[in-house]
Amino acid sequence: MTAPTRPVPRETAPLRVVVDLNRCQGYAQCCYAAPGAFEVRGHEILFYDPAPPHARRGEIERAVQACPVRAISLQVEIGDAP
Amino acid sequence: MSIAETAGIVVVGASLAGLRGAEALRRNGYSGRLTVVGDEPYRPYDRPPLSKHVLSGELAPDATGLPELDTLDAQWRLGHAAVALDRAARTIRLANGTGLAYERLLIATGAQARPWPAASGGGLEGIFTLRGRDDAARLRTALAGGPARVLIVGAGLIGCEAASCCRDLGLPVTLVDPNPAPLARSLGTWIGSVVADCLRDAGVTFHAGAQVLRFAGDASGRVVRAHLADGRAVEADLVIVALGATRATDWLKGAGLMADAGGVTCDGACRVLGADGTPCPDIYAAGDVARWPNPLYGGRLMSVEHWGNAVAQAAHSGRNMLAPADDQRTYHHLPAFWSSQFGINIKAVGLSEGADAVAIVQGSRASRRFLAVYGRAGRSIAAVSFDQARWLPAYAEAITAGRAFPPIRDASDQGDYLALAPGFPPPRAASTLIEARHG
Repeated sequence: MTAPTRPVPRETAPLRVVVDLNRCQGYAQCCYAAPGAFEVRGHEILFYDPAPPHARRGEIERAVQACPVRAISLQVEIGDAP
Repeated sequence: MSIAETAGIVVVGASLAGLRGAEALRRNGYSGRLTVVGDEPYRPYDRPPLSKHVLSGELAPDATGLPELDTLDAQWRLGHAAVALDRAARTIRLANGTGLAYERLLIATGAQARPWPAASGGGLEGIFTLRGRDDAARLRTALAGGPARVLIVGAGLIGCEAASCCRDLGLPVTLVDPNPAPLARSLGTWIGSVVADCLRDAGVTFHAGAQVLRFAGDASGRVVRAHLADGRAVEADLVIVALGATRATDWLKGAGLMADAGGVTCDGACRVLGADGTPCPDIYAAGDVARWPNPLYGGRLMSVEHWGNAVAQAAHSGRNMLAPADDQRTYHHLPAFWSSQFGINIKAVGLSEGADAVAIVQGSRASRRFLAVYGRAGRSIAAVSFDQARWLPAYAEAITAGRAFPPIRDASDQGDYLALAPGFPPPRAASTLIEARHG
């Protein structure tokens, strides 16, 4: 069975996240707020998922708020085709 | 109203600077027609992960779409590059032949990877450059195919990050660079030698002071080996050419602007200069492509090919584009970059070019955790941290203020500091221009 072609509804499109790594100081608060989406490797390398699933919106928003240097930007409503 | 007046603002370039510039226009109250032109068929995406987590396979090449931080309500003209600018008619022409009128123009076309010349083997299959998402996707597929040996030409940031990824993937890697140490142009050989130690420990074969002359291929046109200037040969079936970038200004030829492979020249307010040196009130530039007199460095012309400059300069240009002629603000910028490689977070601020001294003021080279400051004629001009990022903002402030070298004398955990020669390679060509680059 083939699924009909249709646009991805907004609420299921992945979120978009970018971290200003000039600004990031490795406080790792995002890693506590949204484990799995943010991870510190080694002493201070931040690895993050730039396209986390929409279901994680709450955690990612907490990570944005928890960042002491306001380095995380998030877009929730993705209104465009990729 | 003429066509040009209803055409609104056109942003040429749909990467980080183009996106942040478009956002700045909306944020500053522009409600007219807004068009964003991009040569790639994609909405703006983030490039730094391409040479790291995309190559390693941890992120899909299409996963790095940039968040749009303001409602843009823009027309996106993607997939066809701008190929010509006609200032008299206030139009640009796209690669598919269509024309696009503008009232005001923001040039944010960025830069393109410097390719290997075809005459010495550049056309062979298995030779890659890394700049865009498609480049990263192709290179990732090739790396996943398990090449017998990867040869990386150029030990700048991209080359070193790629080497680090390839070793994480377990691939044999040879890295070749004409300088005595990796990252020598941005950090000097003394600090670069720390990265050389990381390369060695990670099992990368590093040929310092070596130059690739040409590549040889097999009967099917696939690369099999590189011939070096010293007579050696390196067998490799996958090559990454990481020789930096040239500014994407070809499309401005004939437009009567001050533009060349080093960028498009602007005034301090980021207004593009006509060939006669007069600022064009309706054309601005931002990001990698923009060369402007930076007041932090005595008004020297520079272009800064880093993420933070794309963000800040685009916001600045967008703001100035909407401001009256008597309220054009000058763009001040302290260059900054980051890189992660071999498990180390490297961050830098300022321009180390021309430094005559370097001193480690926190930590030690042996521990590979330190902060080093660069000085020139007794002033602090740049700083780099290896896994010591929290120290950096204090030094950025001191460098911006032009404080003495080193700016903070009594905080060292290593006793008194020792100022040494940083060991920068000689400049590539006689030039008074500065390019802060990844190469």
